[in-house]
Amino acid sequence: MKPNPTIESTRIESTTLVLAESNIDTDQIIPARFLTTTERSGLGRHAFADWRFDAEGRGRADCVLNLAAARQSAVLVAGDNFGCGSSREHAVWALQDFGVRAVVSSSIADIFKANALKNALVPIEVDADCHRWLLDHPGAPVTIDLQACRLAAGLAAEDGPEVSFELDPFARRCMLEGVDALGWLLSRREKIEAWEKTRAEAA
Amino acid sequence: MPRTLFDKIWDAHVVEAETAESPAVLSVDLHLVHEVTSPQAFAELDRRAIRVRCPDRTVATLDHSIPTTPADGQGQRRYASEEAWTQVERLEENCARHGITLHGWDSPHRGIVHVIGPELGLTRPGMTIVCGDSHTATHGAFGALAFGIGTTEVGHVLATQCLLQHRPRSMEVRVEGRLPPGVTAKDLVLQVIAHIGTGGATGHVIEFTGQAIRVLDMEGRMTVCNMAIEAGARAGMIAPDETTIAWLRGRPACPQGAEFEQAAERWLQLAGDPGARHDREVVLDASTFAPTVTWGTRPDMAVALDRPVPMPQDAAARRALEYMGIQPGQPLSGHRVDVVFIGSCTNARLGDLRAAAEVLRGRHIAAGVRMLVVPGSETVRRQAEAEGLDRVFITAGAEWREPGCSMCIAMNGDLVAPGQTAISTSNRNFEGRQGRGARTLLASPATAAASAVAGCVADPRHDPRHDTRQISHSPETWQMQVPSPRTLEART
Repeated sequence: MKPNPTIESTRIESTTLVLAESNIDTDQIIPARFLTTTERSGLGRHAFADWRFDAEGRGRADCVLNLAAARQSAVLVAGDNFGCGSSREHAVWALQDFGVRAVVSSSIADIFKANALKNALVPIEVDADCHRWLLDHPGAPVTIDLQACRLAAGLAAEDGPEVSFELDPFARRCMLEGVDALGWLLSRREKIEAWEKTRAEAA
Repeated sequence: MPRTLFDKIWDAHVVEAETAESPAVLSVDLHLVHEVTSPQAFAELDRRAIRVRCPDRTVATLDHSIPTTPADGQGQRRYASEEAWTQVERLEENCARHGITLHGWDSPHRGIVHVIGPELGLTRPGMTIVCGDSHTATHGAFGALAFGIGTTEVGHVLATQCLLQHRPRSMEVRVEGRLPPGVTAKDLVLQVIAHIGTGGATGHVIEFTGQAIRVLDMEGRMTVCNMAIEAGARAGMIAPDETTIAWLRGRPACPQGAEFEQAAERWLQLAGDPGARHDREVVLDASTFAPTVTWGTRPDMAVALDRPVPMPQDAAARRALEYMGIQPGQPLSGHRVDVVFIGSCTNARLGDLRAAAEVLRGRHIAAGVRMLVVPGSETVRRQAEAEGLDRVFITAGAEWREPGCSMCIAMNGDLVAPGQTAISTSNRNFEGRQGRGARTLLASPATAAASAVAGCVADPRHDPRHDTRQISHSPETWQMQVPSPRTLEART
């Protein structure tokens, strides 16, 4: 694992993988039985395990996640309230290991979003119209520009929506400039200690 | 400016204020740790060759992946896998190396992380509490700001005792009126979630207020705050009052004597100032609530037992009904159950076990039903056994287990078989949550126990031992006994 997860380039160009269901919870992304690992790596083969495989472990032909194109898509477009439920960061690790670099939805659950940002999996919330268009056009090419915080969909400019999105400025610096979040916190040590001392004296 | 409970706790923990470039540095008073979400965080500290900064503000337990069956004659425990065992050993090593108190196998206080924190008095009003677990919101019942974090953040707290956080918005959920007899905190919170929706409180910290909340005991308040995350909330909290203070007095980790009384004075001042405003408000009337059970695969897909399961309005509801094998348009009462689970950080405290035992006393669970009762902690287990509750459960045909998360997260081998329906006192009914293909109905301990006896979903208020009326599962006799939930529109 790299000390500080960064993205390899400031642009993500990919076709989309669409999971239109709303409220996809982290138990779906990575079922609890795979959480006994002590590592961050290797969870991609269990991503959406119960959607992709039957009880005997055979791939389900009707599951979009099993199509060759799915494995080549770096952008997952999902229904509203993606990543709700359990705080397991394994959900982010599993998606990344599966090849996903950005998740696009109309809303993304708080803890999942925080976990994604810390691993340079880009969580992107778009307006309802753009979201609808993306859900209706599975496999559409999209370009995500992380410098400009713009997402453009479709082959030509008129083909699909082009929108701005918000990305937490600090997390963006961590991803783009390699700022180490834990290192940054550790650099506050004196300030933290002084604050604690003042507080202890006040009590 | 008048401040809310949340404002006061947040403000008191900001080490460095949020700027345009960086989030706030928030100090953490108590960090709770368990075996599943911590190994990668400790590994990151090792990689950087740094120590846990405040081992005295860090407390660990074993709960998620551990077996709930007793050790054999040789002291061996049956883990679900080699890997699960390794994970437990890793936490034991990490805690020993960093000087962290671990309530492990030999501790008389071991239990579910959100049960033991309050039980030991580690959880106190005004604190910031985090854990790599989304149900950390439970501790908000004491007027603490408590929320779940991911493993990277677990590492941040281990290393610095601080977190980088943006200030969340606040939402008041005011529950007016009183719960009718036989309706519990679990029913209340299921109704709240059904009203707000699974993502309805995203980005917000919920403060629960109103008469129905004020009259709840601490266990009920914990049940309510525990499930705040199921409405998408960052945290749930309830202002400390005399009920809070009475519950905490004498707890081992609390200050004692005069020092406690001084602390109590401060705690009572944490309540929101008159006129303090929340970003959003939702008002509900508890007097309209009835025993409530989920019918779908999200916690907000819930319905009062005396109301019909709603007709599906979208693809998600159709898929959920199909997965659950439930017919819409008729009440859940009478729907067959195969498994009954009493346990989890939501409902495995002494009061929960008493409520279930009260229903089961002198009765037997229906033929073909499997019932698991898993106390929330060793302390709960001892108290329950001292009262003879274990005998009530065993005599009724249930399994009495050792403490742990067990069938709530179903990663320790305690599973519901594919296609089987479990009525559970836990917090999530997601597809496969209790095992691949398992179907989960969330309910209160009393409803779960009544259903165990009936072999199908049953209303705990209709107890044939106290009532000579014929129990009927036909919708005609059950509808309209309680008015439909009436809600006052949210002011946003």
